[in-house]
Amino acid sequence: MAQVSGIAEERSTTPLSSRKSVTLRITRYNPEYDNEKTFMEFNVPYEKWTTVLEAILEVKKHFDHSVAVRYSCRQATCGSCGMVINGKPRLACFTKISELDSDVVTVEPMNNFPIIRDLTVRFERLFNSHHKIKPFLIHEDSEISSNEKEFLQSPEELEQYIQFSNCIKCGLCNSACPTMATDSSFVGPQALAQAYRYVADSRDKGKDSRLKIIDESHGIWRCHFAGSCSQVCPKGVDPAMGIQFLRGYLLGFKS
Amino acid sequence: MENQDENKEGIGGMINPRRYGIERVAYLLMRISGLGLLAYFIGHIYETSSILQGEMGWQEFLELTQTTEGHIIMTIVIGMCVFHTVNGIRVMLGHGGVGVGTPARPDYPYKPASQNTRHKIGIYSAIVLAAIAMMYGFSVMMGH
Amino acid sequence: MRESIIMKIHYGTALGAVALVAVHILMRLTQNYAESLEYANVIANYQFIPYAGMLEIILILLSVHGFNGLRVILLELKQGRAYEKAVSYGCVAAMIGLIAYGSRTIFMVNMGMV
Repeated sequence: MAQVSGIAEERSTTPLSSRKSVTLRITRYNPEYDNEKTFMEFNVPYEKWTTVLEAILEVKKHFDHSVAVRYSCRQATCGSCGMVINGKPRLACFTKISELDSDVVTVEPMNNFPIIRDLTVRFERLFNSHHKIKPFLIHEDSEISSNEKEFLQSPEELEQYIQFSNCIKCGLCNSACPTMATDSSFVGPQALAQAYRYVADSRDKGKDSRLKIIDESHGIWRCHFAGSCSQVCPKGVDPAMGIQFLRGYLLGFKS
Repeated sequence: MENQDENKEGIGGMINPRRYGIERVAYLLMRISGLGLLAYFIGHIYETSSILQGEMGWQEFLELTQTTEGHIIMTIVIGMCVFHTVNGIRVMLGHGGVGVGTPARPDYPYKPASQNTRHKIGIYSAIVLAAIAMMYGFSVMMGH
Repeated sequence: MRESIIMKIHYGTALGAVALVAVHILMRLTQNYAESLEYANVIANYQFIPYAGMLEIILILLSVHGFNGLRVILLELKQGRAYEKAVSYGCVAAMIGLIAYGSRTIFMVNMGMV
C-alpha cells in the first residue's frame, strides 16, 4: 500500500495529464547483448515548451528508468545530449517537440559514433581528432614564458575566429557529415573547424604545423562542401565555412 | 560488423539526399555524374578505337550508337557533363573560400552563412543548364 | 605526394578539360552532327596535328581527373592500409592504361596507319 501511495504522490508532483501527447520511440541497444537495435514506444504528454530531453527524462521517471541517455546542462551549452531526432542530428535539450510538427518522435543514437548503450555514444574519436589539430594557441612568446605579457587583438581580428570558438563538441556535425558516414579515418568537420579557429587567430603561430596535419589522405580534402555539418550545428559555428577558408590556405588563396 | 561497432551510417546515409537540403542533392549528383562520366569516357576511348579497323569497323560501331537507346545515353551524358562542370566550378570556388560568407558572431536561429543563396543559385543553375543542354543535344542528335 | 598537390592537379585538370572538351564538342557542331562523324571527316580531324594534340591533352587531363576522382570515392568507402594502397596504385595503373590505349588510337590514325 505504501508503494502505491508513493507512486501516486510522484505523479501528483509531475502531472502527466496534458491535452497533447506524442509517441516517443526510443532506440534500445546494448552492443554487449543485442544483435540489432530495437525501438520502445512511449506515449508522453507535452506542452509547447517541452523539449525532447524532458520527454526522455519523463520516460525514465515514469516508465522505464533503464533508458541510457547522456545529458547535463539542459541549455545547449555542454554538448552532451546530441542524438538523431526524427532522422536529423540535434541536441535533445534544444529541440522542442512542438517544433518537430510530428505525432511520432523517434530518437536514435548519433550516427558515426560507436554506441555505448541506447542513446549514449563514445566521443573518443571526436576528442582524439580535436586533440590532433592542436586546439591551443601556439606562440613562442607565450604568457607562460614571459611575465605578464598580453597579446593584443583588435575587434576585427577577434571577428575572424570568434564564431568558431562557439563549438561545444556535441558531435552533431560529425554525425551529419556524408564523408564520416563511410570514412572512419576522416578527421571530421568538428576538428577541421577548430583547426581554422586557431589558424585564424592573430595570436597563433601554429598555422603551418596544423595545415601539415590536415593535409593528408583522410584530412581536409575529404570534405566536399555538402554543408550538412553547418545545417545541424546548434551554436551557429558553420564548420563548412571554416573548412573552406582553411582549404584556401592550402590552395594559396589565403596567406 | 565494423559498421555496426562504429555505428557508421554507411553508403545509405552518404547517398541519402532528403535530410539536408539542395546542397546534399548536389553532392550526390556530383558523385553520380562523376562516376557516370568516367564510365562514358572509358567507353568513348574504346568506341573511337574502332576507327583503327577501317571504315567498315567505324561504321559498324557508329551504327550501334545511332539508335534511340544510344541517343538517350548520349543525352544523359550531356546532362551529367554540364551539371558536373557548372557545379564543379561552384564547388571549386567554395573550396577556395569564395562566396562562403564572412565570419561573424552568430545570431539565433543560426542560419549558416556558407549555405547562402549564391551557392543555392549555383546549384539550381547547374541543374537548369544541364536540362537545357540535354534538350538541345537530343534535338541535334535527332537531326533537328 | 602530398594530398594538397594531388588535389591541385585535380582542380587544374578539371579546368583544362572544361576548356578543351568545349572545343572538342564545338568541332562536332561546326557542321551537321551526323556529317561530322563520317569516317573521312573523323580521319581528317585526327590527321590535323593541332586537333590530334588537343585530343591527346584531353585524354591525359580527363584520365588523371577521372581516376583521381574514383580514388577519392573509393578511399572514402573503405579504409585500411592494404586497401588504400591497392586503390591508389590500381587507379594510377588504370589511368596509365587508358592513356596508353587512347594514345595508340590517336598516334596510329594521325600517322596514317589505318
